[in-house]
Amino acid sequence: MTVEMVQILKPDGSLVNSKIEPKISEADLKKMYRVMVLTRFLDERGLTLQRQGRIGFYVTSTGQEAIVGSALPLQKEDWIFPAYREHAVGLFRGFPLKVFIGQLFGNSEDLNKGRQMPNHFAYAPIHYVSISSPIATQVAQAAGAAIASKIRKDSAIAITYCGDGGTSEGEFHAGMNFAGAFKAPCVFFCSNNQYAISVPVEKQTAQPVIAEKAKAYGFPGIRVDGNDVLAVYQVVKEAVTRAREGQGPTLIEAFTFRMGAHSSSDDPTRYCPKSKLEEWSQKDPIKRFKTYLISKKLWSEAEDTKLIEQVKQEISDTVTEVMKGTPPSLSSMFEEVYQEMPLNLQWQKEELLEEARAKGEFLDSSEAFPL
Amino acid sequence: MAQLTLLQAVNDALKTEMKKDDRVVIFGEDVGYVGGVFRATEGLQKEFGESRCFDTPLCESGIIGAAIGMSLYGLRPIAEIQFLDFIYPAFDQIISEAAKMRYRSGGQFTCPMVIRTPYGGGIKGGHYHSQSTEAFFAHTPGLKVVIPSNPYDAKGLLISAIRDPDPVMFLEPKRLYRSLKGEVPEGDYTVPIGKAHSVCEGTDVTLFCYGAMVPVCTEAAKKANGQGTSCEVVDLRTITPLDMEAILAAAQKTGRVVIVHEAVKTAGFGAEISALISEKAMEYMKAPILRVAGFDTPFPYTLEHVYMPDSVRVLRAIEKVMKY
Repeated sequence: MTVEMVQILKPDGSLVNSKIEPKISEADLKKMYRVMVLTRFLDERGLTLQRQGRIGFYVTSTGQEAIVGSALPLQKEDWIFPAYREHAVGLFRGFPLKVFIGQLFGNSEDLNKGRQMPNHFAYAPIHYVSISSPIATQVAQAAGAAIASKIRKDSAIAITYCGDGGTSEGEFHAGMNFAGAFKAPCVFFCSNNQYAISVPVEKQTAQPVIAEKAKAYGFPGIRVDGNDVLAVYQVVKEAVTRAREGQGPTLIEAFTFRMGAHSSSDDPTRYCPKSKLEEWSQKDPIKRFKTYLISKKLWSEAEDTKLIEQVKQEISDTVTEVMKGTPPSLSSMFEEVYQEMPLNLQWQKEELLEEARAKGEFLDSSEAFPL
Repeated sequence: MAQLTLLQAVNDALKTEMKKDDRVVIFGEDVGYVGGVFRATEGLQKEFGESRCFDTPLCESGIIGAAIGMSLYGLRPIAEIQFLDFIYPAFDQIISEAAKMRYRSGGQFTCPMVIRTPYGGGIKGGHYHSQSTEAFFAHTPGLKVVIPSNPYDAKGLLISAIRDPDPVMFLEPKRLYRSLKGEVPEGDYTVPIGKAHSVCEGTDVTLFCYGAMVPVCTEAAKKANGQGTSCEVVDLRTITPLDMEAILAAAQKTGRVVIVHEAVKTAGFGAEISALISEKAMEYMKAPILRVAGFDTPFPYTLEHVYMPDSVRVLRAIEKVMKY
């Protein structure tokens, strides 16, 4: 009962079989590639900013950028319920770089108004739903959004992302079961990067193929090479089509590897064998896609060098701009707890503002964030 | 005596009890191989083996549900929840099951287990790595809620919690994990659950606090002392069962009370202490009972330092009750 792994590009960038090559416009291919490269350098800069103490925390998606393939089949009306390694999906769908970097700084440039830790993005114009730290909560919510779309007879579908660790949570079961029972237009995308912080996937579940779990909910489960952007695109496109045509949900397991740490606070050398990193660096999704684009004569080394320069400059300029932002105001802390501020908060706000002048120095945290 | 951090004291307590009692097992997310994200269980798997200290799937309801099953069976499980903020998938297991097992079975079944979890703010953890929701658990009969504020108490209270016949929520103030060291005896000793401790004696104002607010109150007391106001600082150490006698005695002694916690003010545990004093010792009060607490907002990220009570805010309250 093994599910085969869908692959279109071999790790060396050549096609497994030219008959299954998806038809994607040159512009879309190049846009996906650009977002992958942007994400990679954003991660590099994010970690540097964290180490310099300019931001408090950062989560990379290095090695998992081929997830961008899941963004291309989506339409404007669709809803995205992300976990926290879907930077490329957001950026492809139209998450502005300035909003992304603004969130990292939590200052006046942050749409979330400095209320969440870095990497907890939200961007309503593209239905990129606010990320929280508790694991897999979004899976059940995505099922709800998909059911809502069905109730309203809309064409929107919902896609949600989680990791291999997320599949152990109750909400993963709840969300999959609801979506199956309601035949809701929902795509469940599980990035199996083989580690939940330090815990390897073998300890997470006795089922070695996560895609198999779909059987229990009565809909298809597909396993795809998560480092092959074309294969990711292809399987998500089929799942999105099924969802939009009223055929119900699909579970996609993207088999991949977290090339970096869980977060800026984690050290994977404590638990992940070096050989695994070496093995997976041979399967780098960006290198693989680039080789394909060059072989199609759509890309060149010279263009690549130029792109990298451009992307780095864009990140650098945006960071500089965002850093000009100011800290959120004291009163902003009391706003948007509710639509209307109740009396207890009004009193507390007035009291704080009164005391603000008499207040002491900034109390720094005693240690770095551990996760 | 060794100088240990609070985190090392927790590790030492676990080691001490695991050596002494082979029914003690500890588990949770990232707890086994790497020894926890804060390293509280570091070295335990190596020393006691994978059957005594192990990683679980990422599922809090499973962790607590399994701990309940193990405790019913006769083990002494210690379940680690990575952050108190992540405990809610397990809320049903804690509130409906562990807390009520003894009562609902007429004492036939019991859940002697410990739920260890880091809690509280001060490490730039945003909404989901900072909250202090001890009141949820204090509001549930059947649970004990223990909160140490220093390395000595952390070890002694944790050993007591492991030996306790009832389920204990052991909330570890993560802000204090590595920020202070203290003398911790080697080997076996206990600090009793349900007993408050007077950190410093005073005659004008009594400060009630627990966890990471104890050093904040001590600092405020020092500042107040410089202004000629003598403060008593009482570390509650356990919020359920509450050391009511010690609280009433300390409140009556000064007649002025300030209660400090970092949890949200409304329906926070401070309200309970205030009500207790109002009911039992109103005639001794020379000023209204004040609370210094977190605000009634979700825990903010950038403005964390404003949200968390500090010695300046505590001092303002001390001045207010003195001026009344």
